[in-house]
Amino acid sequence: MTLSELVPGEIGIVKEFTDLEMSVKLMEMGCLPGESITVSRVAPLGDPIAINVSGYQLSLRKFEASTIILQ
Amino acid sequence: MKADIRVALVGNPNTGKSTLFNTLTGLNQKIGNFPGVTVDKKTGICTLPDGRTAEIIDLPGTYSLYPKSQDESIVFSVLADKANAHTPDLVVVIIDATNLKRNLLLYSQVADLKIPVIVALNMIDLSKKAGITIDIDLFAKKLGVPVIPISARKVEGIDKLKAAIGFANKIALQEPSIDVEAIAPQLIAQISEELKLDNPYFALQLAHQHETVKFLTPQQSDRIEELEKEFSFHSQKAQGAETIARYSFINDLLYDTVKIPETAKDETVSNKIDKVLTHRVFGLFIFLGILLFMFQSIFSWSAYPMEKIGDLFAWAQNFLHQVLPAGPLTGLVVDGVLGGLSGVMVFIPQIAILFAFISILEDTGYMSRVTFMMDKLMRKVGLNGKSVVPLIGGFACAVPSIMSTRTIENWKDRMITIMVTPLVTCSARLPIYVLLIGLVVPNRNVWWVFNLQGLALTGMYIFSLISAVVVAFAFKLILQGRERGYFIMELPVYRMPRWNNVAYSMYDRSKAFVLQAGKVIIAVSVILWVLASYGPGDRFAKIEQKYKQPQYAQKLKPDDLTRAINSEKLENSYAGALGHFIEPAIRPLGFDWKIGIALITSFAAREVFVGTMATIYSVDGNAEKIESVQKKMGSAKNPETGKPVFSLAVAFSLMMFYAFAMQCASTVAVVYRETKNWRWPAIQFAYMTILAYAASLLAYNLLK
Repeated sequence: MTLSELVPGEIGIVKEFTDLEMSVKLMEMGCLPGESITVSRVAPLGDPIAINVSGYQLSLRKFEASTIILQ
Repeated sequence: MKADIRVALVGNPNTGKSTLFNTLTGLNQKIGNFPGVTVDKKTGICTLPDGRTAEIIDLPGTYSLYPKSQDESIVFSVLADKANAHTPDLVVVIIDATNLKRNLLLYSQVADLKIPVIVALNMIDLSKKAGITIDIDLFAKKLGVPVIPISARKVEGIDKLKAAIGFANKIALQEPSIDVEAIAPQLIAQISEELKLDNPYFALQLAHQHETVKFLTPQQSDRIEELEKEFSFHSQKAQGAETIARYSFINDLLYDTVKIPETAKDETVSNKIDKVLTHRVFGLFIFLGILLFMFQSIFSWSAYPMEKIGDLFAWAQNFLHQVLPAGPLTGLVVDGVLGGLSGVMVFIPQIAILFAFISILEDTGYMSRVTFMMDKLMRKVGLNGKSVVPLIGGFACAVPSIMSTRTIENWKDRMITIMVTPLVTCSARLPIYVLLIGLVVPNRNVWWVFNLQGLALTGMYIFSLISAVVVAFAFKLILQGRERGYFIMELPVYRMPRWNNVAYSMYDRSKAFVLQAGKVIIAVSVILWVLASYGPGDRFAKIEQKYKQPQYAQKLKPDDLTRAINSEKLENSYAGALGHFIEPAIRPLGFDWKIGIALITSFAAREVFVGTMATIYSVDGNAEKIESVQKKMGSAKNPETGKPVFSLAVAFSLMMFYAFAMQCASTVAVVYRETKNWRWPAIQFAYMTILAYAASLLAYNLLK
């Protein structure tokens, strides 16, 4: 299951990443393995999404969210 | 003035870094909630409690020392380059107390460079409000550096911070964070030995960034590359390992020193606002509504001050004409320079209001939501959610908008945004459109509510956006991307705008506009005036002679006589010769030699069109009185056919030309500055001129 499959309100815990380049950027922004992520909303056109992680709000594209595998 | 110590201000975006900089230095600057507004390096002097002075350098906001955009790369260069004149003696890392975890990543990287560090724990008031308790003494002890709680917005704790800067040690005392050497032991040891470095993290950073930093010689850089191959160093893997190690250090640190309640209070307020502003259905309508309100305000609020500025200049010109002796020099100063200047100055209210709006939208955090909502749409045409900001700014002026594209990390997205931003109808095109639409579109209502002239003007604005999108799509297909695009962006918490910041932004941008455009317009006015006032050989003398003959002198009223002399002189002046020279090229577009002169002068700046038209149609007195220029242009007849020069076809053809042509020297200059390559402004100039010619040709032939 990946982050892009969650709907707003759902919570997931990061397990690993499928894309090395993306994972470096995501981890810098606080999306680390073991961290809990809440999907807070989806942009009006369906992409990108906004998530709550490490105590703040981050937006990322669905494709980028699909590289985050959840536990 | 040489300061006693040099202090660099480092921190994540949206941590109040620029606000702290302003408070420390008293020097104001632009601050925004939109990630990365602080792009140019800004410095200011701060007087410390002990009487010494500190030079504060405001570095661009960044989440880590590994740069993702152009301006972020400055941070490591400034901190690391020992030979640089700006190497700081001390780094103040500003940390958002409501968001400690992510903020501490950058701190731990900077600390490991072993430069003396002080932590400014900002927004301590908000963090208390949210119920976060921080054991500051223990926190400081564990880090090994002074930690000063402050609130930059409320100006709390600033004196303590200044005192701490004064007391700061010359040597770095911070506790080690992670085992840096474990990431790439052999490589770090080898680089340290060969470059004689005493800091393992600095060596590791050089391994990552040796290609971008300026202070290494090509030989050193190549040698590092060789070593990386030898020890099979993988930059991204190493970066990932480092980030994980750092966050594990941070988690341990926070576990001992900080208690965070389950849900932060501030978060929910922001969430409630977001539920409305980024709503699936209403979100885009609200954005559209805000845009409409913005343009409505720009036009309606600026009407009165614009009129007053115009009147003031008209008065000054009349006054100077009466006081100064008539002659070529007076003509140059009053009609050329002052006339040209009034053409720029009338735009100040529009520019100021537009930048007030943009500043408020950025400061509150709404602009990040706009990029969030628009990203999907913009991506389809090869742009990026972040391109929305420069495109909206383009309605005012392409120059600052192109500078604001630095926040776009992806090279291709940024280039495309730069290439299409000048297509958006900027405020300099407005007077031209108003003049031409007033000339050919009847002022009456259709379908009860819509004014035909207003519709035509709105049409030109929408048309400019459509053309920008289409051209962007074309560039998307042509340009080869260097790297993958991504959109990982913080959505900052909504905040009230800082009104003094909004006021400063209005002042600062208006000043920049006047200085930048003013120079061009004065230069063009002077050149045009000289070219239009003198002619080759004895042509002018012959014209004077001709009109002294009784058949003219007696039949015509003195005013009409002067006008007839002037217009015949113009046709025979250098400017007239230039117009006649290009006439064959622009004849297919429906333009005559007089319009040709205006086209040429407009390549310096579009604003000079009205002034040029005023000069050419020899309207006496006030060049800014659009009505009188309009009347003159409206009654101008083609000498061959006897029909009006400005027919519907010619006016629209001319508007199409102004819509597409790159007639702005300042934009060309700024595109060069931002791309560092003459190829880009050249390509832009070429494609826009070709489009302008084609669109004019099409419009003229369709409407003829």
